[in-house]
Amino acid sequence: MVDSKTSPGISVRNLYKIFGKNPEQYVDMVKEGMTKTELNEQYGHVLGLKDINIEMPAGGIQVVMGLSGSGKSTLIRHINRLIDPTAGEVIVGDADVCKMSAGQLREFRRHETAMVFQKFALLPHRTVLDNAVYGLEVQGVSRAEQIERAQRWIDRVGLTGFERSYPNQLSGGMQQRVGLARALTNDAPILLMDEAFSALDPLIRMDMQSVLLDLQKEIRKTVVFITHDLDEALRLGDKIAILRDGEIVQQGTGQDIVLNPADDYISNFVKEVNRGRVILVETIMKPLSGDPEGMGIVTGTTLEEAAKTMTDANTAMAHVTDAGGKPVGSLDIHDVIAAMVTPVAHEEAIAAE
Amino acid sequence: MEWLYEFPSMNGASLRALKKAIDEGFRSFTRAYGEYFELFFEPLKHFLIASEDFMTETPWPVILIIIAFIAWLASRDLRIVIGSVVTLLLIGYFDMWEDTMKTISMIFVCTVLAIFIGIPIGIIMSRSDRVQAVVNPILDIMQTMPSFVYLIPVVMLLGIGKVPGLIAVVIYAIPPIIRLTNLGIRLVDKDVLEAADAFGSSNWQRLKNVQMPLALPTIMAGINQTIMMALAMVVVASMIGVQGLGQPVLRAITNQYFTLGVFNGLAIVGIAIIFDRTSQAFGKRLQKHQEVIHG
Repeated sequence: MVDSKTSPGISVRNLYKIFGKNPEQYVDMVKEGMTKTELNEQYGHVLGLKDINIEMPAGGIQVVMGLSGSGKSTLIRHINRLIDPTAGEVIVGDADVCKMSAGQLREFRRHETAMVFQKFALLPHRTVLDNAVYGLEVQGVSRAEQIERAQRWIDRVGLTGFERSYPNQLSGGMQQRVGLARALTNDAPILLMDEAFSALDPLIRMDMQSVLLDLQKEIRKTVVFITHDLDEALRLGDKIAILRDGEIVQQGTGQDIVLNPADDYISNFVKEVNRGRVILVETIMKPLSGDPEGMGIVTGTTLEEAAKTMTDANTAMAHVTDAGGKPVGSLDIHDVIAAMVTPVAHEEAIAAE
Repeated sequence: MEWLYEFPSMNGASLRALKKAIDEGFRSFTRAYGEYFELFFEPLKHFLIASEDFMTETPWPVILIIIAFIAWLASRDLRIVIGSVVTLLLIGYFDMWEDTMKTISMIFVCTVLAIFIGIPIGIIMSRSDRVQAVVNPILDIMQTMPSFVYLIPVVMLLGIGKVPGLIAVVIYAIPPIIRLTNLGIRLVDKDVLEAADAFGSSNWQRLKNVQMPLALPTIMAGINQTIMMALAMVVVASMIGVQGLGQPVLRAITNQYFTLGVFNGLAIVGIAIIFDRTSQAFGKRLQKHQEVIHG
């Protein structure tokens, strides 16, 4: 019973959100370049989001990263329109969420999206099982089917045996598993995760990230994941967008962002990142000169894994192969380690190429 | 300087004319529509009579068992059940059984009526700040206006008897249930409501699945308050012909029968305690899911 619907991509186009009494009045002024501070000081309105354009990949994980106040939670709430935009479009499949009527929107939320919240937002008076079936109950699915479908996900997120517990009887990590089970039981093609793991302690967070990645291999949903943690963003995101003060500062793959930070703000984030886990072998390989040497390493391998494989095999040279096994470049352990530890030298190397 | 020492009030003649005009206006309104009002409240009268007949005509041991059973269902606490039974036995032993049954029946009908009217009003109030701004001052008036004052128009419209008494009691006792329904719903966690919305709940599903269950403990506190206030009105209501424990108290006041007054007064206290402990225990049981076991 794995997801029968194909997950649609989401495109957010020219999205603006202004908070205040008369937001429409100021959109044009913002479009013409009024800054957030001006808008706030002169007109008492808060600029939440400014000209957001993101193409979110179908069946992939799109991470939106930013610090608190950057507008990331506002952005994710536009996808299921828990917040109405001031201007712009959110296209899911071929429908514009912003133009839906109240009835259409309710159907859209019931069948197309499911959401996981930072503070779990479980129904405290319901058991784990009754929380998990909530989406199906709202849809009007029969009780027997509700239970059958919910049980599958309760088992899958590791809550077997806790079906009759109340949320308050569970730890934070367990509660968020309930939140995840509730969202997955809905079997919607789009999964919205608003800082879903931010309230958990680091080990549990890693654990939950693994649960999500494992599940994603099988369910292939379009996931929108909000976080303030770059490591989490890099670990989960097929694509990452970085938000600051309601604007997108950079978007791309994790590698793009680590290797070519768009400005100082992002460089500051990136400094602390474990590069070995982000950069892939094909990024630093040299063109093949002569016959491929040493062992083969497939493209898509991270530097950390490559270094480990090469060290284990006690070899200094290797060649990179594509998925079909055809050699495409050569790799020196020296370069691998240099790229992992010295960003400056590496940036120069890239500049030199 | 005379005006400084005597308040410059409206002159006596126009004041009299004003009062007379209002009184006569209301009187002719009563004459014209009193009948319709009586007709409108007819079903209520039947409900009251049926409930009173049931309480007074059923053999007392059956009533005792029913009350003990309800107390058990609501509280699951043997002490409360035993306390209720002993109180009722003492009341019966001192020959106040019938009056007590009439009072309990009256309180029961009042509470049911207050719930059916009060909870919907509270829900509407919680959904709109404007409605809240209008209803709140009305509730303030209902609670602070001396009850004798609004007995007058009620009696003018409906005469003396059970129904006007019931209406007077409900007017006095309904504000807490309205206020606390409103408050309970407004205090529901915004995050949980947002989650309900995110899964596509309709307004009704939101109310039924999230707002009402989470507000229920607060609403129960309102119901408890309403019952207590209704009991406090029993004596006042007896002035316009409501039967029950209020009547002997009233007789005791006018004739200075000290013991009669104390006995019936204590009986009112007794059933107040039964109602209070039982409904509070029920309210507490509703919050059981909020106990934190660990974490």
